[in-house]
This record gives sequence, structure tokens and C-alpha cells, in this order.
Amino acid sequence: MMLEVANLTRRFGGFTAVSRVSFALEEGEILGLIGPNGSGKSTTFNMIAGMLRPTEGSIRFAGEEIGGLKPVEICHRGIGRTFQIPRPFRRLGILENVVTAAYFGQRERVSRARAQAQAEEALALVGLPADPRAEVAGLGAAGLKKLELARALATQPRLLLADESLGGLDESEMDQAADMLGRIRRDKGITIIWVEHIMGVLMRVVDRVIVLDHGEKIAEGTPRAVAEDPKVIEIYLGAERVAFAGDRPA
Amino acid sequence: MSAGAALPRRLPPLAGLAALAAVPLVGLGNYHLHLAITILIWGFVYTAWSIMGRFGMVSLGHGAFLGIGAYVTAMLWNAFGLAPWIGIPIALALAVLMAFVIGYPCFRFRIVGHYFALVTLALGEVVRLTIVALRDHTGGSLGMTVEGVAGGTSLLALQFGDRGAFFYLALAVWLGGLWVWRLVDRSMLRYALEAASEDEDAAASIGVDVTRAKLAITMLSAAMTALGGALYAQYQLYINPETVSGIGISLQIVFAVIAGGLYVQAGPTVGAVITLLLAETLRVAVGHDVHGLDGTIYGLLLVLFIIYMPQGVSGFALALWRGLRDGGARRADAGAAAR
Repeated sequence: MMLEVANLTRRFGGFTAVSRVSFALEEGEILGLIGPNGSGKSTTFNMIAGMLRPTEGSIRFAGEEIGGLKPVEICHRGIGRTFQIPRPFRRLGILENVVTAAYFGQRERVSRARAQAQAEEALALVGLPADPRAEVAGLGAAGLKKLELARALATQPRLLLADESLGGLDESEMDQAADMLGRIRRDKGITIIWVEHIMGVLMRVVDRVIVLDHGEKIAEGTPRAVAEDPKVIEIYLGAERVAFAGDRPA
Repeated sequence: MSAGAALPRRLPPLAGLAALAAVPLVGLGNYHLHLAITILIWGFVYTAWSIMGRFGMVSLGHGAFLGIGAYVTAMLWNAFGLAPWIGIPIALALAVLMAFVIGYPCFRFRIVGHYFALVTLALGEVVRLTIVALRDHTGGSLGMTVEGVAGGTSLLALQFGDRGAFFYLALAVWLGGLWVWRLVDRSMLRYALEAASEDEDAAASIGVDVTRAKLAITMLSAAMTALGGALYAQYQLYINPETVSGIGISLQIVFAVIAGGLYVQAGPTVGAVITLLLAETLRVAVGHDVHGLDGTIYGLLLVLFIIYMPQGVSGFALALWRGLRDGGARRADAGAAAR
């Protein structure tokens, strides 16, 4: 098992954001983690990435407990992450952003030349040019998402945590991004957890889906099975019905 | 790059260096040589501040390190006859230790921006007040005189009766400061600190140990600043708490670097020239009659620089020069990109 999450719980004061969530991930798998806003998927994600300490439960990565480790250590263990809203370093160039990740993101020290080569490879994988003069300011929404991904990939992760990577993209850009995650898994053998609230395009690429609602796991299975699960239909369509009711005055 | 191509590029700095080395030989007279040495010493101190200041780590208390460098070296010499060759390393070690003790909690608990500035502001004052309080050993606010050697010159005591000799010492230290600045500029540490100064969470997510990177640059900056303080003491052979520690000198460092240019190698030195010329002009023009006038003018200028020339004089000049040089090429590029 690449990742085993058991009874993961996070409370903020009296509020339980994530409650006894368990799941496991095989090497080379793409897992979709979905749920409506406030379902606890970001909290789950941040606990794996080391940004939040679990209140209870365990997170085992490659057989070792990693719950409560700091983000730097999580990165060095081989888990890369992206941020929901891209957070590039604007004072550095595009290539420098990714070189920094390659240089500092690996547990064993790498030479600058090697970091440079790995950065160029990561940029090629996401389809950004490795031009040393290119600045972050020249990137649009899709370009920033790609940079975010390239930076995470440059740390040479075995597991990639991709946080709502498609928010703010148009339909063709979403398709491209989904294909890219598929290609990263296929070409680099990287295991991926993809956190989204848009269900559509995700279902095409992932092997398995976990659905969270109010901090609890309510469904797990293949995309097809989950899409037909009455509980999932309930939370997604239920939300839409509420929205429709609000839109149309009686 | 071949040696043949590198030579023309290196020519201007080499020529500049040769001109600087010739300064004491051309008979400038004591006053101008004194100004030159002062600029080199403060240029070095300002460079020391800027190597961390450029990453948004604005210290308002570098007087603390300056004071430790000056007083520890001088006190070890006066009290125990310990030569600066041993005294300076001890002073530097103490400054680095203080940087660590203050820096670690700040960086570990993410005290950044205004709060970091306030912590350092307090630090500068604590060192000044400590010097004043230990008046039996430091001479208090009256200052202390570094005991001179017979004849005025001793390599062992790092004292030179001849200003020309001291000029070369200051020149060497100043060049060393520029070299360190360049080393940091080209290092991966700069990437880490640029990243951390913008977004600590994102930097940590790609494996940058933010606390460690910040500590490293702070300790380096502290050591250099302390060396500058020691050099100042060896040159003046007199120090007092106001000139090497406390808020006044700490803020002057910040002002000089911002005026000269925070992000350019030569910026802090340009700042040293500006502050010195300003101080000398004021001294000659109005004398010491109007108390606090220099501070008022510093403050006013600082505000003007921050508003109208945030890159400082040298940053502004560099941008202007690059604009003139690349103006034609950039317009051509823009035309090509538009197609």
C-alpha cells in the first residue's frame, strides 16, 4: 500500500471537520476525493500534506506513520502537493520556481545542474517552456495551474496531492488538465489523489472515487458505481434543488 | 564563455579597482582619505544589512551587532590585551549567537514584517542600554577609547597610524562584503529566501526549510555587521553607545540602504556616499547649532525615497540605463510578440 489513512479525525474546537475517515491507495492509482464545499476534503488533504495535525487517527505512507509531520518533511518523504489557488513565487522566474522545488524538495541533496535538468523535465511534462527569462506575470489561469503542478512534480514525488486543480478553467482546459494528470501517472508512475468538487471531468480519469460529506466518508468505489449511488445523488442533486428553489420565487 | 569574451566585461570593474587602490597615492590629504575610509566601512556595514534586508527581513536593530563587534573587540583589547585578531572572531561569534537566539523564535513562530522589525528595534536598544549600564567596563554613555599602541602602528593590534594603510584594510573588507553579496545572489539560498519572503507555506511545500534559510542569512548578516563595528572601532579608536548601537544608527543603516538601492550590489555603498555627503554638508552648512536637524532631514528624505524612488538611487540609475540600452530591442520584441 502506498498510502493508508485510518480513522482520520480533525476537530476545530467543538466542530468536527473530518470524522473517522479511512481509505487506502495502491501504488500507481488515481483516487478522486470529492464532496461539496465544507465536506472536509481540504482538511483531509491538509492533514496528509502536513499543514494540519490530525486530532486522531493515522496516516501511513509507504509503511511509515507521517501524521503530524511538518510540510517540509512530508515533501522530503516523497509527497508533492499543489494549492487550490496557485501560489507561485512571483519574484522568481518560471524556471527558477521549478528549479527551487527540485533543489530543495528532495531528501537527498542534488546538484544545481541536476535540479535544473529535473526542472526542465517537469516543465516539459506540463507543457510550459523552460525559458530562463519567462516571468510568472506572463501566465494566465491555466498557465499558473501548470506551474503549480510542475513545481510539485519537480520535487520528484511518489504521491501527488492535487487540490481542486481545475477551478477557474474553461472546458477544453479542464479536459487538457485531466489528460495531463492521466499522463503523469502513466509516464512517471506517480500515484495521485485528486481533490475536486466538479465531478464530471474527474470521473473520466480516476480509478476510484471517495465521496465525503459533513466530514464523513459516504461512498467509495469506481466512478460509475459512485455516480449511481443514491446517497451521492442526494447530496449533489439535493444541493442543486435547494439552489433552484432559491432562484425561482414561488 | 571564453577568456577573450570575459575580459571586456571585467575591464570596468578592474579599472575601478585600480583607481580605488591608487586613492591613497595621489595625495588626497587626510580629510578626503578619512571620508573615503568612512565610506568603505559604512558601505560594508550597509551591504551586510542588505543581504538580509533584500528578502523582506527588515531589521531595525542592526546596531546591536555593530555594537557587539565594536565593544567586545575593544574591551578584550583594553582589559586583557587580547589582540583584535582573536577579539574579532570572539565578537563575531557572540553576534552570531545573538542573531540565533533572537532569530530562531522569530522565524520558528513566523514573526515577519512589522513584528519582526519591532523585535529587532528592541534588540538594538537592549544592546545600547546594556553598554550604558555596564559603565564601569564600557565607559557608559561617555564612550570608550581603544588603547593606542606606542608609535600608532601595530599589525598585531590592527592599528595603523597611517591612514593610507587603514584605507587598504577597509578596501579589502569592503570588497569582501561585495563578494559575499554576490555569492548570496548567485546561491540557491537566494531562491529559497525569495520564495519564503513571498509565501512561507508554499516554500515549505516544496521542501524549503524556511526557518533554517532565514537563520543562515541572519547569522551571516550579523557576523558581517559585527566585523564592520570592530573595523570602525579600530579606525576611530573611540566608540560610544550612540554611534555603534541603539535606534539612531540602526535606522541610519536602513535609510542609507533604501536611498542607495536595496537590490543592487553597489546600492548600499552608494547609500554610504549619500549619507556621508549629507552629514558633511549639513555639518558645514548649519553646524551643530540646530539640534536634531540632520535627523529631520534624514526622515524627510527617507519618505521621499520610499515614495518616489523605492529602488534607491542605484536601482533607479540601473533601470534607466537598462531602459536606454534595451529600449530599441524591447520594442522589437514587443512587435514580434504581437504578431
